[in-house]
Amino acid sequence: MSQKDQHRHISGGIVAEVAQMTEAERREHEAEVADVVATDREFAVGEGETLLEMDNVTVRFGGLVALDSVSFHIKRGEILGLIGPNGAGKTTCFNAMTGVYRPTSGRVLLEGKPLGRTAKYRITRKGIARTFQNIRLFEEMTALENVVVGTDARHKTSVLGALLRLPRHFKEEKAAVEKAMALLEFVGIADRAGDKAKNLPYGYQRRLEIARALATEPKLLCLDEPAAGFNPAEKDELMELIRKIRDDGFTVLLIEHDMRLVMGVTDRIVVLEFGKKIAEGKPEEIRNNKAVIAAYLGVPDDDVA
Amino acid sequence: MISSAQYLAQDSEPWINTDTFINLFWANTIGGLEYGSIYALVALGYTLVYGVLKLLNFAHSEVFIYGAYATWFTFFLLGFRPGPTPELPVGELIAYLVLAVIVAMLVSGTTALVLERVAYRPLRNRGAPRLAFLITAIGASLILQQILFLWRGSNPEQAIRLLRPETLFNVGSASVQNLTVIIVVASVLMWIVADTFVNRTRFGRGIRAVAQDPDTAMLMGVNKERIIMLTFVVGGLLAGAAAVFYMMKIPQGAQYNGGFLLGLKAFAAAVLGGIGNLRGALLGGLLLGIIENHGQALFGGEWRDVVAFVVLVLVLMFRPTGILGESLGKARV
Amino acid sequence: MTTTKTPAPAKAPAEPPRRRSISEWWNNLSRFQQWIILLPLVALIFALPWLNPPLITTEPGYDFSIAMFDVARYCLIAIGLNVVVGQAGLLDLGYVGFFAIGAYVAALFTSPDSTLWKIPYLAAIPLAMAITMVFGVILGSPTLRLRGDYLAIVTLGFGEMVRLFADNVDALRGNRGFSNIGAPPGTRENGEPLFANFDGKPWYVLCVAVIIVILILAGNLERSRVGRAWVAIRDDEDAAELMGVPTFRFKIWAFVIGAAIGGLSGALYAGQQGFMNNQRFDVLTSVLFLAAVILGGSGNKVGVMLGAFVVAYVPLRFLSIAEWKFMIFGVALTILMIFRPQGLLGARQRLLTYGRQAYQRLVGRGEVVSSDTAMAGGKSLMNGGNGAPK
Repeated sequence: MSQKDQHRHISGGIVAEVAQMTEAERREHEAEVADVVATDREFAVGEGETLLEMDNVTVRFGGLVALDSVSFHIKRGEILGLIGPNGAGKTTCFNAMTGVYRPTSGRVLLEGKPLGRTAKYRITRKGIARTFQNIRLFEEMTALENVVVGTDARHKTSVLGALLRLPRHFKEEKAAVEKAMALLEFVGIADRAGDKAKNLPYGYQRRLEIARALATEPKLLCLDEPAAGFNPAEKDELMELIRKIRDDGFTVLLIEHDMRLVMGVTDRIVVLEFGKKIAEGKPEEIRNNKAVIAAYLGVPDDDVA
Repeated sequence: MISSAQYLAQDSEPWINTDTFINLFWANTIGGLEYGSIYALVALGYTLVYGVLKLLNFAHSEVFIYGAYATWFTFFLLGFRPGPTPELPVGELIAYLVLAVIVAMLVSGTTALVLERVAYRPLRNRGAPRLAFLITAIGASLILQQILFLWRGSNPEQAIRLLRPETLFNVGSASVQNLTVIIVVASVLMWIVADTFVNRTRFGRGIRAVAQDPDTAMLMGVNKERIIMLTFVVGGLLAGAAAVFYMMKIPQGAQYNGGFLLGLKAFAAAVLGGIGNLRGALLGGLLLGIIENHGQALFGGEWRDVVAFVVLVLVLMFRPTGILGESLGKARV
Repeated sequence: MTTTKTPAPAKAPAEPPRRRSISEWWNNLSRFQQWIILLPLVALIFALPWLNPPLITTEPGYDFSIAMFDVARYCLIAIGLNVVVGQAGLLDLGYVGFFAIGAYVAALFTSPDSTLWKIPYLAAIPLAMAITMVFGVILGSPTLRLRGDYLAIVTLGFGEMVRLFADNVDALRGNRGFSNIGAPPGTRENGEPLFANFDGKPWYVLCVAVIIVILILAGNLERSRVGRAWVAIRDDEDAAELMGVPTFRFKIWAFVIGAAIGGLSGALYAGQQGFMNNQRFDVLTSVLFLAAVILGGSGNKVGVMLGAFVVAYVPLRFLSIAEWKFMIFGVALTILMIFRPQGLLGARQRLLTYGRQAYQRLVGRGEVVSSDTAMAGGKSLMNGGNGAPK
């Protein structure tokens, strides 16, 4: 293959087309993409009603109480921030929701139904998806394949169907690839769809995690410090993405250290300290809450500011 | 190999032989302790390495069998030959046995050390994945085994006995032999030394620290590489001692692939007691020895080796953390 | 932490640029073009025992047609073990056990020495696969919930237990074994059976045909939800579970499918040999199977067949080193893990049925193949690979 040919090939495809679109065309295309990404799941609760409830959840490891009767709820369609100093129990909270840890006491309810001892993969299917604080992609897969694994959470094809290539297999594969392509565009990393996850730049990896989680069509998307290691410009882009995700019909729970980001993007905030909830409210309320200010005193400026 | 006569005999016997089980209960329990204490010493090697590296060291069975060969050659070079057991003065006998223990411990310890340096360390330096370690363990096990095979052939070394089994006293209906007493007492002593070493010395503290949290241990100034090396050596030394006891019990035991089944059983013992747990290794070893002997009485000798495997699978099914639970890190006092 | 990420010795720059472009060229061909190119190659492979090429032949030391059957049998075994080890990342050291069960099922249901009722050989093959699958479930369900190393030791023990059963269960006839094991129907011009055990050619053709079918089926699995689940499990089991992959179920499937292919190759082996006793199933053979997969490149179907070829063919071609084979492959395994853990050919997997179209549409390039190494997945030792995510 000649050099020229190769160039033409690499710059082909949707990615190149989008780059040459006019503003109006691009907006139309983005709307199409957002439409494919949006989930069409049945919800038991309406817009603004309680989607997930933490009911007096306590998690204990031996003598250590990581979460101490924490109660709060997340409303469908909002962006809830979960903040607190290091070791406050934020990630433990995530882990209790996604089934990694079982609460020592208390309940986690999704759409009013307790999750109880539901297996982790079933919780994902019920509608809670997450990203990881320390990126955990399937490193040997391409970006596109990573996202398709996410879509597989809603698929039914198993060994027999795949072996014999039953119609459902083709239907699911086709839909999965469509959706995964749209998701990669949605989070803005479609140009590296064919690269192995481990070879992607850091920012792309973080976005890929979000795309993979969205692919499971979650009712609740939990983001665990998605901006860790980002520079201010990247953080702004991420804020925009999180808003876009919410506008597309998802509910978002956000753990984040960066106060500017949390204050800028969330509708409500829950503050944890030493495993206890110390405050809950709108960003401006939290900003002026004495207990929160006390909890954050001594934390370096760039974490608070 | 099973002869046709045995086949016929099996046909006429009931499948489960409860009479033998009851008649030989004490004899089998005592014999079980004897085997069990050997398993326990080998299990310690698995447990220590597992506790520190989370590595299943398949080649540990070869480390053990090198000790068995070392024992045989020690006897051979001392001038003993296969055949009738010589009459030796007690002092001389003890001196020879102690010498054999020292040589076997040195050989096994060195084998374990070389294994660690040559096979595992390069992998750690490259941050290789788990699977690579396991495959290396298999490969190294194969190499060590094939060295013996190509050098000494596939037949076991002919038995050299130094100690004639004699009955010392009776427990219930069973007699206790001098051999049994020596093996059990010496093994338990060895275990106490190992336990004290791990729980009461500076090096032992290092081992426990690395087992608990390698990163923090390093930050606190523990030399991880040295601790890992030490762990392998300690496991090797114990396997060497176990090999001598094994050769006293089964003098024809020096065979190139003789470590395989014993290693499997010792591992089963370690899991039974709780892998990573020193006390678990002792308890698991003794228990497994006894279970195996009784199993043999119940189902027949040819099923002896299956018993350990069934125990292993049952433990994994119902209590995968073993009787005493896992953790070398927490094994304080 | 000194153990940083794998430096990935087989990064693109290390590879000769020419090979890269060949694989790129190949991936850009349509599937039809690929088949056209493959067809003569397949024909050549089928014709090998008749061609009996000089230099390649194992004669006079060893009948070439039987040698080729042995090679084909190892290829089949390697493909099966690759599903378990290469795709799902589970270390199965008792593969010889499944192989033995397959062989014994074929013997028990076709040999006149057996007291069981008889069925045609071709019916015994699927039966052998079904029974090995049952054993796969029995062995897998207690162990696959636990960490990977337990699976390794339990399967290692399992291989040995199968041998002990063969030794000690009366119905399995121990050392005396079973003779006149069945074969597929068909006669030669002179009235002798077509599938005779002195002639490897028909068996070879049968085995290669089976391999092609299995390769297609395995490919079907790979480019589906199942294949993706396996690779996800291999890369990061906890993350896979949290992304909605029922990891335990898919691990069992990998294990069981591997077992079935092992049973299939065992049944073929029993048929070709015509005689089966307890002397052929030691644990070393298991390690040899594993060596084939690792050597060639676990996770790469072409690679594992290459590995199987080396492991089966070299000792037959060079009989003088046959005694050294375990030593050689042991050394090879150990050195490989240090310097080229991905094997001769790195893992290659295509995990999407419509991947070709998708990449073309999205970035305007031919199908992208995940290559490199199956060994890079999972967490390194002392990195806390077992723990729950933080």
